[in-house]
Amino acid sequence: MDLLQWLSAILLLSGCALGVIGGIGINRFPDFYTRMHAAGVTDTLCAGLFFGGLMIHFGLTLASAKLFLIFLFMLFTCPTSTHALAKAARHSGLVPWTKTSGVEQGASK
Amino acid sequence: MSDHLILRIVGKFLIPYILLFGLYVQFHGDFGPGGGFQAGVIFASAFVIHTLLFGLESAERIAPQWVLKIVAASGVLIYALVGVAAMLMGGNYLDYDFLAADPIAGQHIGIILVEFGVGLTVASVMMLLFFTFAGRGEAS
Repeated sequence: MDLLQWLSAILLLSGCALGVIGGIGINRFPDFYTRMHAAGVTDTLCAGLFFGGLMIHFGLTLASAKLFLIFLFMLFTCPTSTHALAKAARHSGLVPWTKTSGVEQGASK
Repeated sequence: MSDHLILRIVGKFLIPYILLFGLYVQFHGDFGPGGGFQAGVIFASAFVIHTLLFGLESAERIAPQWVLKIVAASGVLIYALVGVAAMLMGGNYLDYDFLAADPIAGQHIGIILVEFGVGLTVASVMMLLFFTFAGRGEAS
């Protein structure tokens, strides 16, 4: 494999790692806000690394241009959807978890 | 609703591209994945986003219900008329080969017209359904 293939593989693997970390975060964190933090923060970079790796793999082709457009779409919509979720939760009066508040909301332990 | 600034700006930014992508899926349907059903739903989703962010009244000013009803019916009419046109030109119902002198050109014309009708109907019916549910409780 030449250098670009390796670069693409590294990007894809680190994207995978971020996705898995986000998944672990969703399972392990105690309440809605912290879980959403885990998912929302990793999601955008995970998708970005994926599309970066695929674009390097395909080179300068039409497929790369389409991937770039999807990447732009994800870049705008992922943080916005996280924002909308957090806002909806705060509006409906969900109180953030603290160490002293104790009760975990449906954590899988 | 007045303080959803981020959502409104991102929504305003995205809606034209969603509409454009809907049209792409519609008219690219005979070369790649796509077609009237998918395009109609994508097209309607742009209006759904607009309704969620700017309210039902604003959406009904852009797409009044009586217009949507006419568009929904005319989509079905286009579909049926393509079939009748094929019959008038000497083929079976919806036999696209007879729509032009060349059978392959006829196929192209036929499938594009039929998918256009499907797209119109699906988009307007999706919007009508959403508006009906969104308007419940306000109208009565």
